[in-house]
Amino acid sequence: MNANASIKVQSAQRSVGVTQAMVAVFLRDVRVAFRQKQDLLNPLLFFTMVVTLFPLGVSPEVAFLKQSGAGILWVAALLSVLLSLDHLFRHDFDDGTLEQLMLQPQPLFLLVLAKTLAHWMLTGLPLVLLTPVLGLMLHLDGNSVATLCLTLLIGTPVLSLIGSIGAALTLGLRSAGVLLSLLIIPLYIPVLIFGTGTVAAAVEGAQVSGYLALMGAFLVLALTLAPFASAAALRISLSNS
Amino acid sequence: MWQFFHKLGSPKWFFGIANRFMPWLLAGGLILLVAGLVWGLAFAPKDYLQGNSYRIIFIHVPSAFLAQSIYIMMASAAVVTLVWRMKLADVFVKSVAPVGLMFTFLALFTGAVWGKPTWGTWWVWDARLTSMLILLFLYGGVIALDRSINDEKSAARAVAVLVLVGVVNIPIIKYSVNWWNTLHQPATFKLTEKPAMAMEMWVPLLLSVLGLYLLFGWLACLRMKTEILVRERRTRWVKDLVLAGRK
Repeated sequence: MNANASIKVQSAQRSVGVTQAMVAVFLRDVRVAFRQKQDLLNPLLFFTMVVTLFPLGVSPEVAFLKQSGAGILWVAALLSVLLSLDHLFRHDFDDGTLEQLMLQPQPLFLLVLAKTLAHWMLTGLPLVLLTPVLGLMLHLDGNSVATLCLTLLIGTPVLSLIGSIGAALTLGLRSAGVLLSLLIIPLYIPVLIFGTGTVAAAVEGAQVSGYLALMGAFLVLALTLAPFASAAALRISLSNS
Repeated sequence: MWQFFHKLGSPKWFFGIANRFMPWLLAGGLILLVAGLVWGLAFAPKDYLQGNSYRIIFIHVPSAFLAQSIYIMMASAAVVTLVWRMKLADVFVKSVAPVGLMFTFLALFTGAVWGKPTWGTWWVWDARLTSMLILLFLYGGVIALDRSINDEKSAARAVAVLVLVGVVNIPIIKYSVNWWNTLHQPATFKLTEKPAMAMEMWVPLLLSVLGLYLLFGWLACLRMKTEILVRERRTRWVKDLVLAGRK
């Protein structure tokens, strides 16, 4: 390649801005997901099934469901996000896309952030949208369903962000699925506690803005720190393979 | 100073230092621990409320201390692994994680045994117990990740990232569990508000804490030496060492 061409290549790479690259990665992930619709559907089916197990396994009584409904929905949402995390980097890892992403001049953590946001939009957001229906089936009243949806809306991106670290660390390992759960569940506990705690406070008629602000703080913290950790973990996992 | 820093990274140098320190750590640890335990178990006065059952404190508290501080030590070593790629730091994290798990388990177990006579139940979803349980999970995750990556170098760095993510989360977990506990069940009994401890109980407790720390130092050296021998098995000095030992 002559010098002229290589300069051209360089300038072509530079002309793609960081935001542009992030949008491209985001749109690509969304497009790929919509071409494999089963992957989109699976977490939602899983979510519904786990929620169904509780009335069947514990008690279908209205009093019990009213009291535990928010907790059940939160745990089920947490598990479905956990289940879907394996897909976050797996396909791109298998076909080499991930290596190409790493070679981009744009900082890796921003591209990882774009991927994680796409993951949230494809799994977390549908879960939030399905929650009112399931909340109705668990006899939750309108006020708690609204609060529950709000906490899930703030909480599920945190789940995706923290989960991306685990997904990056376990990439390409044997029995990655179980390992991922082992690593990530302890880190999910604070989000779960505050998510269900907010709904409990709303049921008692207390002000929930403080709790929501705390969850928002979790979200900001996860948004700022998790992409760095995931990017570092991805570099380690890829140097390993 | 920098020469010392470089030396610290050399497994061979550490091997020699560890050999020199280990007898002292073992002897000091055993003496302090035995003194603390005999004093605490046999001579310290009975608790006016709990009778003799409180004496498990002389094992419970030192284990809980170590369980938490080992994680902090691992996190410091993890920073060293990621920043300076020092071999010894990841040997430390790898060798010490199972020890931390063991102490966490011991703290939970002795806590349960202590809880039965004092609270009337083996387990309470109390904030402190729950956060210890989560610490146990964190240790479990670190060990599981380390064992599933075959390549030594990437295992060390992946574990370091996980330990650091964990250490950022520990305060958040602790805080949220405290908050959850006060929300869900008002504390009926408080472990934290014990009557100010008598000197005759406090001194043996201090002795056993110090003793267990020294013993942990000895155990860490022992496990690190084993790990170093395995990792450096192809180097000249290890071969010489083994051959010299055979004569």
